[in-house]
Amino acid sequence: MIDVIESGLILAGALFMFLAALGVLRLPDLLTRMHATTKAATLGTALIMLAVALHFAEVAVVARAFGVILFIMMTAPVAAHVIGRAGYIVGARLWAGTVKDELKPHFDPLTRDLRSGAPAEEHERRPPDDLDAS
Amino acid sequence: MSPVILVSLAVMVLALCLAFVRLFRGPSLPDRVVALELFSSILVGIIGVVAIATDVPSLLDVAIVMALMAFMATIGFARFLERGGPRDD
Repeated sequence: MIDVIESGLILAGALFMFLAALGVLRLPDLLTRMHATTKAATLGTALIMLAVALHFAEVAVVARAFGVILFIMMTAPVAAHVIGRAGYIVGARLWAGTVKDELKPHFDPLTRDLRSGAPAEEHERRPPDDLDAS
Repeated sequence: MSPVILVSLAVMVLALCLAFVRLFRGPSLPDRVVALELFSSILVGIIGVVAIATDVPSLLDVAIVMALMAFMATIGFARFLERGGPRDD
């Protein structure tokens, strides 16, 4: 019984990692690619670590496996936030089908200034960048 | 080696290849950093599966170190980009 559950967890984890890689390859821009990697890869790693904990069933190994899961679940959102912010500041192009860019009125691409609060007038009238579909 | 282990390893190696294509093509530096982060996640999974296949629980320490170093590298790359990395390379 444990073997069956373990095999299922391993296969599901590998499948989710494959989906994450497929998303990274196929999705159109940086933020959607990050959307694929952060969630699917985290879930895949967590499932495989659960399988490891089930397979060995010792206190030390289970503690380490849950440590890995906890660490990845805590660091993946932080890393994604930091990289997304850096990508926006560096000027990564958004997908042509992007509906809303709430950061645009608060960000000055020349001085790389990021302000909160009321948007400045001149940035509201700034025309949108030329977008590529890539 | 049970067939489940073999199939999952094959799927994860395929995932590594797909992530490498993005790492090679990626139009901008943040895209490559995202691909590298995915690399490390998949490697943690591969190390877990190998630990199951070989019955060596010490390999989990390697997985922990891998996850930690990937996080550090991502933070470092992001700081580098924000402090004046190449704009839209």
